[in-house]
Amino acid sequence: MKFKTLTLTAVMALATSAAFAEEVRVYNWSDYIDEELLTKFEEETGINLIYDVFDSNEVLETKMLAGGSGYDVVVPSGTFLQRQIQAGAFQKLDMSKLPNAVNLWDVIQDRTSGYDPENAYSINYMWGTTGLGVNVGKVKEVLGDDAPMGSMDLVLKPENMEKLASCGVHFLDAPSEMIPMVLQYLGEDPDSHDKDVIAKAEPILAAVRPHIQKFHSSEYINALANGDICVAVGWSGDILQARDRAAEAENGVEIAYNAFSQGSLMWFDQMAIPADAPNPDAAHKFLNFILDAENMAAASNYVYYANGNKASQPLLESDVIDDPAIYPDEATMQNLYITTPYPAKTQRVVTRLWTKIKSGT
Amino acid sequence: MRRAVLIAIPYAWLLALFLVPFGIVLKISLSDTAIAIPPYVPTLDLAEGWAGFRAFLSELDFENFVWLTEDDLYWKAYLSSLKIALISTIFTLLVGYPMAYGMARAPEEWRPTLMMLVILPFWTSFLIRVYAWMGILSNEGFLNQALLWLGVIGEPLALLNTNTAVYIGIVYTYLPFMILPIYAALDRLDGSLIEAAEDLGCSRLQAFWLVTIPLSRPGIIAGSFLVFIPVLGEFVIPSLLGGSGTLMIGKVLWEEFFSNRDWPVASAVAVVLLLILVIPIVLFQRNQQKQAEAEQ
Repeated sequence: MKFKTLTLTAVMALATSAAFAEEVRVYNWSDYIDEELLTKFEEETGINLIYDVFDSNEVLETKMLAGGSGYDVVVPSGTFLQRQIQAGAFQKLDMSKLPNAVNLWDVIQDRTSGYDPENAYSINYMWGTTGLGVNVGKVKEVLGDDAPMGSMDLVLKPENMEKLASCGVHFLDAPSEMIPMVLQYLGEDPDSHDKDVIAKAEPILAAVRPHIQKFHSSEYINALANGDICVAVGWSGDILQARDRAAEAENGVEIAYNAFSQGSLMWFDQMAIPADAPNPDAAHKFLNFILDAENMAAASNYVYYANGNKASQPLLESDVIDDPAIYPDEATMQNLYITTPYPAKTQRVVTRLWTKIKSGT
Repeated sequence: MRRAVLIAIPYAWLLALFLVPFGIVLKISLSDTAIAIPPYVPTLDLAEGWAGFRAFLSELDFENFVWLTEDDLYWKAYLSSLKIALISTIFTLLVGYPMAYGMARAPEEWRPTLMMLVILPFWTSFLIRVYAWMGILSNEGFLNQALLWLGVIGEPLALLNTNTAVYIGIVYTYLPFMILPIYAALDRLDGSLIEAAEDLGCSRLQAFWLVTIPLSRPGIIAGSFLVFIPVLGEFVIPSLLGGSGTLMIGKVLWEEFFSNRDWPVASAVAVVLLLILVIPIVLFQRNQQKQAEAEQ
């Protein structure tokens, strides 16, 4: 009996201490923050930060739609955010708790309001483009000095791909980005939801499919940096991380990122608070911390993605703010397009088409 | 009374851990997708009582199962999974049997150590072990490096991201499930039976074929089912080691669930997979029963 009482007291003690130590659970993309910021947040607020990572929007979305994820802050991309708002997965932000929101950049706010009307549910964390990562030396060696290193011709023309196959090409395993890209190449509306238009992407991809080594959304960072592959269709910041890793390794590999001259997809990763977040108050504190110009600048300087924070721009290092691959110039900016979420039926057509291209059935 | 309780416990177990979850999956497979939490309708609202339940039932239909027959992707995936499961079961048997045989024939004092060595890999996470294979099989991996160094091959073999890698991964992972039941059967084998066979004129090979194999059959069957059944629905190994051309039902299910957000079709795929698995499971049960009867 005495033993039992003791255990009970111990359990109660644990329970109360857990109630006192405030916690916030953040679920963000992998390799997407300067980890010093996490410690800084804990020191400034005294809140215990639990930071988990994911590497696909689909995994995050399934957790959101199943409900009860237990997270206080999550980071879906624009199209996914829009659908999850419709499903009722998020709560409106309490702007009175986000004084740093004045730092937000109106140009980006304007674009993200397409997904999140009036930006009521989310703040922009980072944004970027989907384009071409090339190993400059190898591509020149295979295709000659006038290789189209900033054009979709490089990866969608079979005659180029045939030659590049010898040094390795990766594509993103993200149908909702790759199909719009091919439609843009064909001069169609990249955001088309018409299944006949979407079907036009198939012959183009099928023709280059035999020369694609792999469809994967994160392996290309290391593969490019190590020189295992020479071309990847990938996300801007990831390719720039590959560029830096190669430069640090001094292995003679020179990586460059280019948005497509035909126009690239522009995407936005937005921070939002789930409707059933256990600690929305701490979640707002975290968002406000991220919105701080200095913190946001530290994050961008670390991950090489542009952010939606105007006030952070003077604090950015010159290899970030002055790099047109990260902060595109006005002309490229005009050339970027965005997409909207596919309805369920269209999504099925797109996934099926993608499976067919990847596996041949 | 005691008898009733004894029977009730396993049935309660079955009900709670198999039938109830299966019922939930079946119910979702009869629903339609929706943009909501959870992403399907109808959901059962018990507050409205009997009328609510009737309305709920009337909205369920077999549409998703019809859909599975309309696209050949699903049948191809089921067939390809069956093929991969069958071939890897055979390979696991071919590799596992000699190991189990060796263990059973080893000196008594060695056996616990050998047994330990078979079980030891379970102490490391399954995922880490599959990742290790990625390191071994890649173009710059240990295997290719060793073969190049030995001069067996001129340029690296493309192993990773192929079906070969999937087979290697499966055989490696499921080997203990094959070895342990066969070892158990061989361990119980009465050595004097083999001596008798040899005394009666059998060569060693004949004795092995005519006495050892038939007597270890229950172990072979148990091991084969223990490998075949989980491999059929395998997802992790083909997604890490296989290429985009590796078609398995586990991957199709993942895509329905995550990429299409179509929980109802994903559930229908799972229900059909279960129905396919029921056949080998029933056969397995029969075999176990027969064996138990034979022993009595």
